[in-house]
Amino acid sequence: MILVALIGILFLGGVLAWLSERLDSKLPRVIALAALVLDLLLMLTLLGGDSADGSWIVALNVQWLPRFGISFHLAADGLSVLLLLLTAFLGIIAVGSAWIEITERSGFFYFNLLWTLAGVLGVFTALDLFLFFFFWEVMLIPMYFIIAIWGHENKNYAAMKFFLFTQVTGMLMLVAILTLAYFHYIQFGFFSFDYFDLLRVTTSSAVEMWIMLGFFVAFTTKLPIVPFHSWLPDAHSQAPTAGSVILAGVLLKTGAYGLIRFAVPLFPVASLNFAPIAMALAALSILYCAKVAFAQTDLKRLIAYTSVSHMGFVLLGIYAWNEIALQGAVMTMLAHGLSAAALFMLAGSLQHRIHTRDMRDMGGFWAKVPRMSAVALFFSIAALGMPGLGNFIGEFLALLGAFQSNLPMTVLATFGLIFASVYSLWVIQKIFHGEYSNSKFNDSHLSDLSRRELAYFGAMILGLVWMGMYPQSFLDLTAIALQGLLAGTQELVSTVVQN
Amino acid sequence: MTMTLADLVPLLPLLIVSSTAVLLMLQIGIRRSHKVTVVIALSGLLLATVVAVLMMPTMNQQLTPLLIIDQYSLFFTAVCCAAAMVIVILSYPYLSRLDDDKDEYYLLLVIATVGAIVMVSSNHFVSTILGLETLSMSLYGMVAYPLHSKESAKYPLEAAVKYLVLSAVSSSFMLFGMALIYAQTGTLAFSSLDSDAAVSLSDSYAIVGVLLLISGMAFKLSLAPFHMWTPDVYEGSPLPATAYLATIGKTAMFVVLLRFVIVTEALRYEAVMIVFSLIAVLSILAGNVLALLQNSLKRILAYSSIAHMGYLIIAVIASYFATSTISIEAVTFYLLAYMIMSLGAFGVASVVSSSEKEFDLVSDYQGLFWRDPWLALIFTGMLLSLAGIPLTIGFIGKFYLFFAGVESALWVLLLVLVVGSGIGLFYYLRIVYHLLLPAPTRPQFPSAANENLGAYGVLTILFLLLLLLGVYPARLMTLIETVAAFI
Repeated sequence: MILVALIGILFLGGVLAWLSERLDSKLPRVIALAALVLDLLLMLTLLGGDSADGSWIVALNVQWLPRFGISFHLAADGLSVLLLLLTAFLGIIAVGSAWIEITERSGFFYFNLLWTLAGVLGVFTALDLFLFFFFWEVMLIPMYFIIAIWGHENKNYAAMKFFLFTQVTGMLMLVAILTLAYFHYIQFGFFSFDYFDLLRVTTSSAVEMWIMLGFFVAFTTKLPIVPFHSWLPDAHSQAPTAGSVILAGVLLKTGAYGLIRFAVPLFPVASLNFAPIAMALAALSILYCAKVAFAQTDLKRLIAYTSVSHMGFVLLGIYAWNEIALQGAVMTMLAHGLSAAALFMLAGSLQHRIHTRDMRDMGGFWAKVPRMSAVALFFSIAALGMPGLGNFIGEFLALLGAFQSNLPMTVLATFGLIFASVYSLWVIQKIFHGEYSNSKFNDSHLSDLSRRELAYFGAMILGLVWMGMYPQSFLDLTAIALQGLLAGTQELVSTVVQN
Repeated sequence: MTMTLADLVPLLPLLIVSSTAVLLMLQIGIRRSHKVTVVIALSGLLLATVVAVLMMPTMNQQLTPLLIIDQYSLFFTAVCCAAAMVIVILSYPYLSRLDDDKDEYYLLLVIATVGAIVMVSSNHFVSTILGLETLSMSLYGMVAYPLHSKESAKYPLEAAVKYLVLSAVSSSFMLFGMALIYAQTGTLAFSSLDSDAAVSLSDSYAIVGVLLLISGMAFKLSLAPFHMWTPDVYEGSPLPATAYLATIGKTAMFVVLLRFVIVTEALRYEAVMIVFSLIAVLSILAGNVLALLQNSLKRILAYSSIAHMGYLIIAVIASYFATSTISIEAVTFYLLAYMIMSLGAFGVASVVSSSEKEFDLVSDYQGLFWRDPWLALIFTGMLLSLAGIPLTIGFIGKFYLFFAGVESALWVLLLVLVVGSGIGLFYYLRIVYHLLLPAPTRPQFPSAANENLGAYGVLTILFLLLLLLGVYPARLMTLIETVAAFI
């Protein structure tokens, strides 16, 4: 029930926030914050939970559409819980970053924010593939609204592009899901979209590959990975700060989660055969986007490309498909969630103050805004993978695991770490060091970070340091879930290999 | 065969609607009153809906060779009557400022509904033509109705004449097809054409006869390449008439098409199969691509209806390969869903328009979200449902279609469906985007919530249905599963 409550609170909170705007335009943000804090507290109760039946901490399964064997099946294991926590945490941060920035139609804004997050929570907990697809789509429309209404100069184009990419690939996934369900019907004589039922379906290798590709394209568009990445820089640069935080911190992770939970376990043999290509795409993504990031002048576009580059490590780790690599992928998801969100917020707060994102106009800000500069430096070196911070643990583990399964691609991907240092430090040098320049913009509002901003940046810094210094606390949480996934596929793969 | 009084019972919905028409005629003769006319029309249609729903669980009877009254036909009888009620309620404020007499419009509407009921109950060529002509004749009148209003529905006469001429041509195509089939088989019942019939069609006859018949039907359903009339007629007719044409007119024809294809197994002829596939692909692509270029709301909805009919044809094709009834259920569910969302979309435009001035351009609705949030929310819901986004009935409908396609392994058609839906997002979202833009300083039309309580109420009910059936359609699915077994 607690999972329904988690999702329900956000749906309901969204409606309340919208309605409350009539009373007072400041009420929606309070309601949104309250809903998310309540969610976070509820999630914390899951942490101490006893995983009695296998690795599932909580589960709920009721019939929904019996005609197609579709049930309302929600469940959470350690992996889901960790991502749920990330979602609620970043949700609160997003509300914080929108606190001052969003003044127009705030009710509708927080409605969309909460509904997007509700969709994400659903994606992280759904174990019925129809339900999963349902939530997958639910999070799109509110995100479209966030970009299209509160975005910047080219918002309509960016919002439409975001929507088209994710929706069309989502349709391909729908066809793949239906095909899988139909094969289940042929083999077992009844319709079902349940995860555990579909795990038992066996298909010929060619069919399996096609179905797997349907999932793969949808998930890697969301992740995103070259060549499906081109919506992301546009969406990020046009979205309001809170939108970027949710996009980079949470929405991208749904793609990775989908790969870990569905794409590989449902199609272990096809995934095994496809792994070299997937890992090559990952390496390409890491290197290519790092290079492209270096050529950007728009700060937000630059961060967006670095996001794509870092997500390459996640894909690399997932398709290496051993415990270390998967742990690395999950750690990267969490750490990147925090560091990318923080960088987008810094870019957003700069834009809010000086109304430009063009790095060519900036320079020498350290003297003017020392606290902001220090915070930016911290998150930049976190993102480039400095040991002692979360990102390092994630990327290192991912590479370590990938090393065992695909040597050349791992070696190639490792160069990404070097490129990451180059562009990260270049950004710091360009914006915060050197001669102070304010010829291109009005710097009368260029003030240092406020207490509110310091509070949420501080929380994120703490999170990254914790991940970097004591990663075991996170690894323990996901270990059982990941081992379960690995064991399930190895059994299948070994029987196929024997046959 | 002599008819007893008991034989009339299954005909009750038809009889009720017919006598409503007679009653309306008498009332108009005695004393004209817009309100009274609307009340009579509404009560007649309501009674027919209720009776059809009550009869549904038990009735299954072939009544004379012409009409079949089974659960499937009763289901659509109820749906058509309910939709006609919605259109009556939408028409009342729309027509209230018309200088001419308004009463005959409702008479035409009720007679058209009689035609629709005959069509959904038809499994014989004669009743098909009778129903179709009753429906079409009344529609010509409805399309041309606000003939004398000054600014209004821009070209009602042009639209009516265009529709009349082309519709007559297509009817004659159908009649010729029927005649050819009759020439070989000697009967006019659909069942005479199935694969076990004593005299079956030779292939060459089937190609000519069945294809002529199908092209006539495709015209009425505005399937490409027989779709040219649709945007012009939609644009020229008054909004409630457009809504009638787009929902009840299409649905009734589609039920006939479905029954014809299922009962006669027409798809077993390869030529018919190829033509159906081509029609589906062309309709989806042409409808969606051409809709991109439009600025008029009615024209966008016209092209989108071409695409939606194309989606439905995929499920019709799937029904031939499938072992289960899911493809028939898919068609049924999607028709119902399409009816709800079209009525909603046309309804929103109709609420802000009147016979004197229609607000038809997408830019007229700019900033509606901030001027009339509730109406804008309803409109957004309808558009997103047409685009097939979750939480709406359109999503479940599209899911059904995909399932039917996958079950029959129609991969190419499914790919077209994916591409078509992708293109469709563009123009639906463009309207939504306009709703979200800042409102222009001078509002184009006043907020009319207080004047049109009835119409607002109906739209709200449609919106709630849209959400309810999008989130919890299990009950409706069970019902449709039962009725689909009858076809």
